[in-house]
Amino acid sequence: MQEKVKDAPGSEFTWVGTRPVRPDGVDKVTGRARFGADMAMQGQLVGKVLRSPHPHARIRAIDTSAAEKLPGVKAVVTREDFQDQPSEFIPAGEMMINYRDVVRNVMAREKALYEGHAVAAVAATSAAIAKQALKLIKVDYEVLPHVIDVVEAMQPGAPLLHEDMITAGVEPAPKTPSNVAKRIEFGAGDVEAGFKQADVIVERAFTTKPVHQGYIEPHACVASVSEDGQADVWVTTQGHWIVRAHCARLLGWDVGKIRVTSSEIGGGFGGKTVVYLEPLALALAKKSRRPVKMVMTREEVFRASGPTSGAHVRVKIGARKDGRIVAAEAELKYQAGAFAGSPVQPGAMCAYAPYDLENVKVVGYDVVTNRPKVAAYRAPGGPISEFAVESALDELAGKLGMDPIEFRLKNAAKQGTKAAYGPKFGPIGLVETLEAAKSHAHWRTPLGKNQGRGLACGFWFNIGGETSVSLSLNEDGTLSLTAGTPDIGGLRASLCMMAAEELSIPMDKIRVQIGDTGQLGYNFLTGGSRATFSSGMATVEAAREVMKEACKRAAKLWELPEDAVEYKDGAVRPAGPNAGKHAPMSLKEIAGIAGKTGGPIAGYARINAHGAAPSFATHIADVEVDPETGKVTVVRYTAIQDAGRAIHPSYVEGQYQGGVAQGIGWALNEEYIYGADGKLQNPGFLDYRVPVASDLPMIDTVIVEVPNPRHPYGVRGVGETPICPPMAALANAVAAATGVRFTDLPMSPPKVLKALDEARAKGTARL
Amino acid sequence: MAKHHVAATVNGDAVEFLCETEETLLDVLRDQLGLTGTKEGCSTGDCGACSVTVDGRLVCSCLMLGVEANGKAIGTIEGMAQGEELHPLQRKFLEHAALQCGVCTPGFLVASKALLEKNANPTETEVRYWLAGNLCRCTGYDKIVRAVLDAAAEMRGA
Repeated sequence: MQEKVKDAPGSEFTWVGTRPVRPDGVDKVTGRARFGADMAMQGQLVGKVLRSPHPHARIRAIDTSAAEKLPGVKAVVTREDFQDQPSEFIPAGEMMINYRDVVRNVMAREKALYEGHAVAAVAATSAAIAKQALKLIKVDYEVLPHVIDVVEAMQPGAPLLHEDMITAGVEPAPKTPSNVAKRIEFGAGDVEAGFKQADVIVERAFTTKPVHQGYIEPHACVASVSEDGQADVWVTTQGHWIVRAHCARLLGWDVGKIRVTSSEIGGGFGGKTVVYLEPLALALAKKSRRPVKMVMTREEVFRASGPTSGAHVRVKIGARKDGRIVAAEAELKYQAGAFAGSPVQPGAMCAYAPYDLENVKVVGYDVVTNRPKVAAYRAPGGPISEFAVESALDELAGKLGMDPIEFRLKNAAKQGTKAAYGPKFGPIGLVETLEAAKSHAHWRTPLGKNQGRGLACGFWFNIGGETSVSLSLNEDGTLSLTAGTPDIGGLRASLCMMAAEELSIPMDKIRVQIGDTGQLGYNFLTGGSRATFSSGMATVEAAREVMKEACKRAAKLWELPEDAVEYKDGAVRPAGPNAGKHAPMSLKEIAGIAGKTGGPIAGYARINAHGAAPSFATHIADVEVDPETGKVTVVRYTAIQDAGRAIHPSYVEGQYQGGVAQGIGWALNEEYIYGADGKLQNPGFLDYRVPVASDLPMIDTVIVEVPNPRHPYGVRGVGETPICPPMAALANAVAAATGVRFTDLPMSPPKVLKALDEARAKGTARL
Repeated sequence: MAKHHVAATVNGDAVEFLCETEETLLDVLRDQLGLTGTKEGCSTGDCGACSVTVDGRLVCSCLMLGVEANGKAIGTIEGMAQGEELHPLQRKFLEHAALQCGVCTPGFLVASKALLEKNANPTETEVRYWLAGNLCRCTGYDKIVRAVLDAAAEMRGA
């Protein structure tokens, strides 16, 4: 759907660009909204999972007989209940999946590959009985040596997770197995020749720790299977069609037999794009002939659901004295967790995406370790590589004596720039965000004692994909809009606003819902910052179909040719030479004649949304470092980002602010901490500390609008880009405040204090 | 062991329930009384999603046993609106777009109401420290803090 995007933001629109109360808002402030764990089915059982206490162990045998005999236990499932799957990588949005691994992740087969790996599941009449039953399951483990660190996992002789894993992407193929699942490489030009032209080169190694998405709502579902095999699942997920596809595949059932309803979703950030409990609940429900409800504890969420990769990254960037970058290299080693499939590919593609480079080379490694399989987390892979690149650029600008904004402007990608990862950019807003940063009062405000200021840019691709939306005209002229991408943060408001804009009617005449998998054609999940873009595009198409059909019906009534009738200002009216011949008909009046002019009126859009456009950001951070404790406090933060067009600016700002808060957590205190025994030591919100209100300042936002010409309202995805710049913005700010460059996240107080003490001893510290 | 008989009030209504010794007040509210507006995010008192008031005092209902509710007055999110009229905090949360996914919202509202009952004119810092026991992963807290300050101003008639 291409068309000329209307220019002057806001002014010519009635709804787009305004800030109405969201349609699902009242339910969410009154407790009426139903999330994953808020559903109960008649006669439901409680499902619980037995998890491996070992990070790496062969499973010799599982004896469930004692558990099965316990009164109140209605079903037990293990690896025996799931058919093996062939190895085949299938694109799944921003990540790839392989059902051979998915079936092993939901239920361990030959080996338990991380502490917390599911080994068996039970359904019982109460939680207490289910827990007791888990204790009665006897698992015969042969404990194996484990490996947690990505660099150690790549060493020859490291414990092997998969004895048949031969590194892909290496010619000739290695003869021996390793933990390296894949090597990737891409680039352009000649980096060696480029570095020879450089006046200044910065080369640095960086490490980041795995961090969890930290959604407040744990994974939860309720499943029911009838005697004739018709299944229903209620689940908190970012994509219920994806849940249906995965469950059908893993259980060998027909897709059409499974109906999945998405509950309200209490945060996902990428982590609710995969299945954990759902196939187990269905298998238990089928076996027990009772509905089964399963809810993870917070500890299970941390131990067994996917964080993002920890990584080791080396970057080398060379520039001439005039500030032009002449060569850039990166080597990325990403932990995938127990199964192949880290986001190293998108991480590699993001690394240098904001810059117009002639000579660039990026190499990436996807490495398995004895940790939970990583899942997507907001711009999967991007924040890690961009942290490294944006930190090195800051250092390079310093060595060149250039302002960090001017240095970036000198190298910034623009419309027509060929990105290092392949495509040529259309209209993009990186330069506009840098200019907005330069003219922002924040950039010029004097700093206080022990304070420093940092800046960094960010990028994310954004995606489109398969999408279905229906819009029915009700008999009284109101409308029912049904979309299939779960609403994770204001989607229904945006869709309603776009539909109201198209139809020129009040927003409250449209009720919008998220339909179940039986109500619409296929919908890919809410991820890749695609929901407002794709479902918005489909909503506009459905609204236009309704308007066209309304015109057709009036034409029939007025006995005019169809093209002699137009839809304008919320009513159907005769056009051209026939203008004024008949009184305009409102949607209410059209609805009244629908029956006798051909039946119900509805628009139904089934599209593969193309034309998603990237979003760039520039962030400015001020920090204050406590010289005595090493605590870093963010005292001021400004996030500037291109939204294409903000449909509901408050929720666009909210995405920027939320991404920043998560980035601050990643930068300053979040990390998975493992003991030498390979067990996670901080599986709770007390010890895995996400930022709380008293940790953060207000987060200022600037919405830049460079409309995406391939969306009817100019929309770009906005959700993921804002988590990319904060780590480097903060590291650059800490470097400015202290004179110490931090390359190892998180910059937690003990680490900062130690580095400060060392720098003080050497006389290089600034405080 | 036999279940315990407990009598209490929830949002002003008398309730009676039977509960196991180990059942938390949160379990009772959600599973027995059908009041699922109060959420479970961690069950260890770290996230505040299960915030309720007990005799006017803010508590994490996951850290209190059902039996301890005997004779107490419990307040939950379901009791916050008066008829069709939303509480000013609820209205301000909507106007300021102070929620994204909304799962932490009931806890924030209950906690914020408890704050404003103690301190009608809190500073931004006081709001941030009072709400430090409620985790939100979506918003970065900015719009939540603004909504609370705005509601406080409106309730003071400022």
